[in-house]
Formats: sequence, structure tokens, C-alpha cells
Amino acid sequence: MELVSFDWWFFFFRWIHVISGIMWIGHLWYFNFTQTPTMPKIPQELRPAVVRYILPEALFWFRWGAMATIITGLIVAWIGGFIIQAIILGIGQHNLHDTLIGFGMWLGTIMWFNVWFIIMPNQNKVMGVTQATPDEVNAARRIAGLASRVNTLLSIPMLYCMISLHYVGGP
Amino acid sequence: MEGLLNNLWATIAAGVVLTVIVVLVAHAIAGV
Repeated sequence: MELVSFDWWFFFFRWIHVISGIMWIGHLWYFNFTQTPTMPKIPQELRPAVVRYILPEALFWFRWGAMATIITGLIVAWIGGFIIQAIILGIGQHNLHDTLIGFGMWLGTIMWFNVWFIIMPNQNKVMGVTQATPDEVNAARRIAGLASRVNTLLSIPMLYCMISLHYVGGP
Repeated sequence: MEGLLNNLWATIAAGVVLTVIVVLVAHAIAGV
């Protein structure tokens, strides 16, 4: 594998894709497995510390991890020469690799959309970045929480697709 | 649906069920 070869760039962007994906899904699972279940147990006077200091920092790495993951993922699919086949879910191709990566890419894209266009606008209301009434803040907290849980649900089949395609042949 | 999503373990179970559905549909599309 020469430094400037096709294979090297294919590997390089897949490596960055995995690093970015861990940054993204790691924070997603931190929110769902750790922060959200723990918040009700934290004394009321200490909760602002989580919302004002930990949450904004975690959401920064979360949303930009998501952005880096989708960009590098599209580059990997483009370099690998299967981007179009994957987008159309390998229909008519009789190629399980392209169908699996297609499902993985679409699930990941739905999750990316959720992060940038549902979770973040609502979290901005919760954190006070966007002005909102107390009722709007409560509604925003609920919507952001549900969208985050949907992404946790989708992450399970998404990761199955992303990994299993390496066991059915193809790049 | 909201009740399911409010329960972390139910969400994970639903994720596993969705995985099985996706795999079955993928195999059907690929014809293998």
C-alpha cells in the first residue's frame, strides 16, 4: 500500500470516517445511556452545571462528529465506486454489499438530519441559545430527547449494515 | 411509540428487531 495510492486514500478516509463516527455515536450513547437517565438523580441545584457546561461542549463534538462522519462516508463511497449503487439500495444489482451499505448510508443520513435539524434547534432552546418561553423549552426538551432516542434505535441496524458488508465481498 | 422511546431497553430491543427486518429486506432486494 503506497502512500499516495488509491488504496491508501480509500483506507485514509475510512479511518477518518470511523474516528468521526465514534466521536458522534459515542456522544449519542453518552446522552442516552448516561446523561439522560442520570439527570433525575442529580440534585436540582446542581443540574444547571450539566446544562450550562457539559451539554454545550458535548453537543459541539456530537454535531460536528456527525458532519465529519457523513462527509467522509460519502468520500469513501465515492472512492470505492459504489456511491450510486448504494443510494439506490443496490436494486437490480443482485449485490448484497451495495444493498447493505445503502441501508447503512440511508439510516446514517436520517440520523445526521435528526442531529442538525431536529436535535440541535431544540437543544438550543433548552440551553438558552435561542429565546423560548418555559413551555417552549419543555416541548423542545421532549422533542430533542425523542429524536435522540430514535437515533439510538437506528444506530443498531446502521452499525450492523456498516460492519456486515465487509463479510459479503466487495470493498 | 413515545412510551417505547422513553424506555432505554425497549429502544434497544426495537433496534434489534429493526436490524432483523433490515437484514431480511436487504437479502430480498439482493436476491441472496
